[in-house]
Amino acid sequence: MTYIAKPRLHHPLLRANGLGFTRRDYEGKVSTLCAGCGHDSISAAIIQACYDLELQPHRLAKMSGIGCSSKTPDYFVGASHGFNSVHGRMPSVLTGAYLANRDLIYLGVSGDGDSASIGLGQFCHSIRRGVNMTYIVENNGVYGLTKGQFSATSDKGSKSKKGVVNTDEAIDLVGMALQLGATFVARSFSGDKGQLVPLIQAALTHQGAAFIDVISPCVQFNNHAGSTKSFDYVREHNAAVNRLDVILGREEITLDQEPGTVELVTQHDGSVLKLSKLPNDYDPTDRLAAIMRVHTHQSRGEVLTGLIYVDPDAEELHHNLGTVRTPLNALDDAQLVPGAAALERLNATLR
Amino acid sequence: MQQIVRASDPLERVRALQAVNDFVVKFANVNGSGSASANGMFAKSILRMGVPVAARNIFPSNIQGLPTWYEVRISEAGHLGRRGGVDLMVAMNPQTWRRDLAEIEPGGYLFYDSTKPLPHEGMRDDINVLGVPLTALCNAAYTDPRQRQLFKNIIYVGALGALLGIDPAVNEALIGEQFQGKDRLIRPNLEALAMGREAAASLVDSIGLTVKRADAVGNRIYIEGNSAAGLGAVYGGATVCAWYPITPSTSLAEAFTEYCHEFRRDPETGDARYAIIQAEDEIASIGIVVGAGWNGSRAFTCTSGPGISLMQEFVGLSYFAEIPAVIFDVQRGGPSTGMPTRTQQSDILAAAYASHGDTKHVLLFPEDPAECFEMGAQAFDLADRLQTTVFVMLDLDIGMNEWLCRPLVWDDNRRLDRGKIMTRDALENGEPFGRYRDVDGDGIAYRTLPGVHPSRGGYFTRGTSRDPDARYSEEGPVYVANMERLLAKFETAKSLVPTPVARPAKRRTPHGVIYFGSTTPAMHEALEALEAAGVHVDALRVRAFPFCDGVLDFIAAHETVFVVEQNRDGQLRTLIMNEGGVDPAKLVAVLNYDGAPITARFITAEISRAMRGRADAAVQEAAQ
Repeated sequence: MTYIAKPRLHHPLLRANGLGFTRRDYEGKVSTLCAGCGHDSISAAIIQACYDLELQPHRLAKMSGIGCSSKTPDYFVGASHGFNSVHGRMPSVLTGAYLANRDLIYLGVSGDGDSASIGLGQFCHSIRRGVNMTYIVENNGVYGLTKGQFSATSDKGSKSKKGVVNTDEAIDLVGMALQLGATFVARSFSGDKGQLVPLIQAALTHQGAAFIDVISPCVQFNNHAGSTKSFDYVREHNAAVNRLDVILGREEITLDQEPGTVELVTQHDGSVLKLSKLPNDYDPTDRLAAIMRVHTHQSRGEVLTGLIYVDPDAEELHHNLGTVRTPLNALDDAQLVPGAAALERLNATLR
Repeated sequence: MQQIVRASDPLERVRALQAVNDFVVKFANVNGSGSASANGMFAKSILRMGVPVAARNIFPSNIQGLPTWYEVRISEAGHLGRRGGVDLMVAMNPQTWRRDLAEIEPGGYLFYDSTKPLPHEGMRDDINVLGVPLTALCNAAYTDPRQRQLFKNIIYVGALGALLGIDPAVNEALIGEQFQGKDRLIRPNLEALAMGREAAASLVDSIGLTVKRADAVGNRIYIEGNSAAGLGAVYGGATVCAWYPITPSTSLAEAFTEYCHEFRRDPETGDARYAIIQAEDEIASIGIVVGAGWNGSRAFTCTSGPGISLMQEFVGLSYFAEIPAVIFDVQRGGPSTGMPTRTQQSDILAAAYASHGDTKHVLLFPEDPAECFEMGAQAFDLADRLQTTVFVMLDLDIGMNEWLCRPLVWDDNRRLDRGKIMTRDALENGEPFGRYRDVDGDGIAYRTLPGVHPSRGGYFTRGTSRDPDARYSEEGPVYVANMERLLAKFETAKSLVPTPVARPAKRRTPHGVIYFGSTTPAMHEALEALEAAGVHVDALRVRAFPFCDGVLDFIAAHETVFVVEQNRDGQLRTLIMNEGGVDPAKLVAVLNYDGAPITARFITAEISRAMRGRADAAVQEAAQ
């Protein structure tokens, strides 16, 4: 964590987005993570995605748990409220915040320790409830803040920096998210900003439980030969299923590729996901096929990336609960308190 | 009004208790046999006769087949605690026959199913036996086994009504209410009732216990504490409830759900002005509450001891990051799984000091369902005002039993107190904002809600140490200043929580007694009994932690103060000693923790004994 504010010096030629905000307006405090940390690249991608989406900074709520990744919400979109909560419990805190005010955009940032170990239960339940959120796991396969222990996403057979071989099976959060009913599932790599930024944009506009697993190498403790979460390994084994462009309602859709290689998916909010299919047969709206594909690539030692699954007709928690349009935290006394007369009537039934 | 006389019939050489509107009936049943609703109807029929009752379910952690009891205190004088002892035992469970018989007062009555010969086992010669062939009656009248079982219960309600002199019209009206909408069930139930009355008609002269019409109930209502607390949460403006099923708190969440359905729907669209989540566990429950509280919704969870253990980390976050939360703790027998369906007041310390590090929390102690409602609503004002967790400490006895209490009232001029929230306008007007700055000396800082203003008021909430402007800091003085401010805030809480209620003795006395929560009715009866015996004790009912000065003043004004609680270790006593610096020798613990609600007889005996002991010691000391 840091208390160092970035100097507010703007390059005179910084471009402003449609709301008049420059990219700098989406930045936060100076990161205190290690130089070269994958997490900082993800923060940069979040900043870029928010800038491109022309998101009002104060309409974003940043939620996190505990760990290196969970520190990062302090390092982007400084004007918004953030909540660095309890280890493994970000999903429940985010769920509560979302129940209180359905009008904000909720971005949960977590790590593989936070979400795949201590918080695996909350990860599962927030996804199966369909909380309208973007849930990013900055996945480095290692406990960084406590200096290099294996995490539950470390692949079986991978080696720690000290040379210890992991004998436990890895938890694959993408596979779990698919099975648990996430309506947007993606995987990316912190070193591939071109792929990651549009995925974050698409997740932020998705009205449902959106999950992105971002492989984010730990330069201190998990970037060596024998690791399956190192920059080199992920670059060599990255198998992307598609390239994504997010086209917001205000933009014109242009198709410059051959028919059959492009798929358009329109989301609830009107945004269109333009997917350039890399394997021609990949259909990202087929959950079962997605599950198969993830496991097939995994068995080959490949890291499947891209928009793996999206349900354009997603349903989310408030819809399922039948709550009012007005955020619950904005209801006034008259809407909340039944009053003395109702109580009198109730008393009469209790005699 | 109870006395023992010799039975008029010289052949019966057994004394027979005589009492009008003042006795105890206990039903011994097998759980899952449908007895609960029949027994409930019995209690309610006495209420409808204008005589106060207090009925308590004493049940196992089981769905079918284990022993369960239902104890009904009938008291025109209005004693609603347990008295101790049983005057009429309705022994319907062979498994517990021996112990049930042993509990009957000398001269009391045993009501049993006389289809089979009276078992000799455990039989006493100082009680009166009333037999009705319930099974034989059922077997003759019904062919379906389930019907035989259910109607057997109604038959004994009819028989008891005849024996005690309950107006048949009262029971018939209750049958009509219970089966409203299921009209075809009314007639067979009325028939079963009549069958019981007829069968018992010949025994009416053999019992000296009578229910006589009175006008002692007034406008009081009959409601479970969990139901009243759930309603209190509706009136307190709670919009988010997250919970995990656990006895004895489950019915609180269910009551909130029902009342929300009734009172909290948009009249035009039918949309819910609330969100209720049955979470995956207690940790997620309190996490959801903290997230909602951070975002400006009034939120609560309800749980019991094991849930309190699981929620500790989040309670610490709520304390340190200063986020409103309300927890209803319906206490049960601990530790561990303990006695999940029995009552205790044994989470006092676990709640008061929940979580690691230096923490303390606001606790409210309702005495009955009326206070469950009031404190249930007030807890949300306190949580918002103090920006912290507030515990409402019910117990199984209040939570899961119907209590006769004053009607629930609400003042329509009352406004929900949302506490110190800096608005968009204030930020726009350039009001300085620092999340943890104590601007007016009460230890409470202003907060902003997420999304309030495009460029001002944003801050980063964290459970780590931070400076008054919410910036991370591990500087010693900054940390200490913050911890001291939290103490100052707790001091402020003293002026906001419900004040203790004094019940002075008729004469000046050096003896005092402190009690709280569900102990209240038994305590009041004990005070009357002590007074009748010439023992005068000033009483103070504690309603909240932190303790107001009144609590410590009360202790200072007496030589000896009894602290009556339903736990083993005297937890309230420990809390008073710890927070008030009170000499332990001055506080005498009176403790009942066997899982059954405390009785007036127990309190009376313990205080009398302790006083005799102290007097003896004083005499010995003087003699030496």
